[in-house]
Amino acid sequence: MGDLIHLITAGLATGAIYALVAIGFVLLWQTSQTINFAQGQFVMLPAFFVLAAMKQGGLPLWAAVLVGIAASVLLLGVGFKKLIVDPMRRHGVLPLVIATVALGLLLEESTKTLFSAQAEAFPALVPSTTFNVLGAPVSLQDLSIIGFAIVAVVALQLFLTRTTTGRCMQAAAQNPEVARILGIPVERMILLTFVINATLVAIASVLISPIYLAKFSNGGALGVAAFVAAIVGGFNQIRGAIVGGLLLGVVSNLAAAYISAQYRDAIPLILLILVILFRPRGLAGRAEERTV
Amino acid sequence: MTIFTRTAASAVALLALTLPLTLTATAGSAAEPIKIADVIELSGTGATTGTNWRNAAAMAIDEINAKGGILGRQVQMTDYDTQTNPGVSRAQIQKALDGEPYVILGPIFSGSVKANMNLAQQAEIPQFVGAQAEELTHLGDDYLFRANLSQGAGMAKIANYIHDDIKAKSIAVVWVNNDFGKGGHDAILKQMASAGIKIAADISTESGQADFAADVVKAKSANPDAIFVYSNEEESARFLREAKKQGVAVPLVGETTLLGQKVIDLAGDAANGARGHVSLSPDAPIPAVQAFRDNFKKRYDNLPDHAAMQAYMAVYAIKAMTEKLGKVDSKALAAAFHGGTVTPAMEPNVLMDASWDKNGDVDRDSFLAEVVDGKQKIVAVLPRLAK
Repeated sequence: MGDLIHLITAGLATGAIYALVAIGFVLLWQTSQTINFAQGQFVMLPAFFVLAAMKQGGLPLWAAVLVGIAASVLLLGVGFKKLIVDPMRRHGVLPLVIATVALGLLLEESTKTLFSAQAEAFPALVPSTTFNVLGAPVSLQDLSIIGFAIVAVVALQLFLTRTTTGRCMQAAAQNPEVARILGIPVERMILLTFVINATLVAIASVLISPIYLAKFSNGGALGVAAFVAAIVGGFNQIRGAIVGGLLLGVVSNLAAAYISAQYRDAIPLILLILVILFRPRGLAGRAEERTV
Repeated sequence: MTIFTRTAASAVALLALTLPLTLTATAGSAAEPIKIADVIELSGTGATTGTNWRNAAAMAIDEINAKGGILGRQVQMTDYDTQTNPGVSRAQIQKALDGEPYVILGPIFSGSVKANMNLAQQAEIPQFVGAQAEELTHLGDDYLFRANLSQGAGMAKIANYIHDDIKAKSIAVVWVNNDFGKGGHDAILKQMASAGIKIAADISTESGQADFAADVVKAKSANPDAIFVYSNEEESARFLREAKKQGVAVPLVGETTLLGQKVIDLAGDAANGARGHVSLSPDAPIPAVQAFRDNFKKRYDNLPDHAAMQAYMAVYAIKAMTEKLGKVDSKALAAAFHGGTVTPAMEPNVLMDASWDKNGDVDRDSFLAEVVDGKQKIVAVLPRLAK
């Protein structure tokens, strides 16, 4: 029982990271039909921004995290949209997908060259204390990841549903033509989703790097997991991304512990195939609906 | 003037004309640098250990060149990145051989060595590798030499430690599923069977794996007296972090990698308490080793690991043996290393006595260590197997 509780807690922590990244996938798809296959590398990079701010800038962790988020917003949000998405979007989804694949490779290799090919230790936001819950060790780190992720998701939902800008974003996603007629600055709303995505991946990066370490090659597996999570949950709903992310995190852990450690990476893909076959809209998605 | 006189005069004139050219050519040959190819893991999962190896080799060569080189010739090292990929490593060895090196250093990963060693053998160029997989030196390759103890030698020592010092009756074995890990896994299982120690759990992990929550749960739930961790640097660090997170209380035991400085740096305080056998340690109670550690730290701003020591000692062993031979001859060098010994008396920077047997396996003193307050602490010096 204790082991099960620990596996579920640890799985939820990993799943919360997948969910944050998967939400980014959904946001970009809903507003700009962008499938960003560099999303994993987007999670990898902010950790290096933070480390650079600490080592070269001599900043404390909290300030370096703010610098990391700002750098991500600038480069992975605004820069990504202006330099990659805007010129490529008019050519259709596939060229843009290929462009993001190329961008992912470029980011990996650039990080290797500019920072290091070696893994770097990343400071934890909270101490590595462990609690005992029903005989199971539950770590403060896992709980903090889940907590931070919940705060980020709730804040995003409040922003989207309770603010004028958020509602304008929803309108721009649902029907950009009508939104334009209503005077909503659709392009600005799309830009905002890229900024939100960059913020989410930066948060995910800061949360996961103390466990995974900061390394140029970390993005690939994370990006695939988050993409699978988004599809399993439902690519057109934020709640789908959350469900998919958490489910994937828990299932991966349980599968590794109780089915086969060797095939742990295959289990999520099997789940993906099953969802595509039997519920193509995803577990929490809706057919033919577009909303953020 | 007779025909003979004319011919002799012509010969002398010709000799006078060609002599400067001949002398120039001879002088040029003497000044030609000795080439060393460093085929090593500078990216991919082996980047940590490979970079340490490269840096230490470069440091040794700079020191040698500053003191006049080997037999009066400067040494020139070229790096070739294997990307921790056996296929790439084979291509890089081929590329390195095209440059006609005197010796090849690396790679470290056993899978890469297995993929490329026959190329160096065919070219009759000695290859000094950091790989530990047992089988490599039993494949009939007269040009392959270890810079590191083999898994067989290391595991025999760790088995004694688990049996005699930790007094474990059962252990969980966590290993990385690559050539290095498989070799270590097979060797430790064999040693544990001999020592009568039960394997409570046998857990394979993947190279590059990031999440070890399930693996630690499996190891813990088997209730072993100790957990033996045999993986590469980054994965070892992640495992240690997860073990601390889950409050693992039994000893975490490893062979060389687990106690490496890079693992300690990456794992932070989670590395404290890890213990085991290390084939080489920059903290060894040997003044020359400590001087090397300090110089390396000064030059690169980080502490060397075991791979750095292997590369440094290998370069100086090559220097010592070449000077003993009195000539730069790859084939003769390989022959000299079989059954050969280098000592600090021959060359102080070989740091410790080291001997190579007929298979190319190295034998030297090694150490038992424990991580205390983020530093590797040597607990005991274990003598060479041949002593």
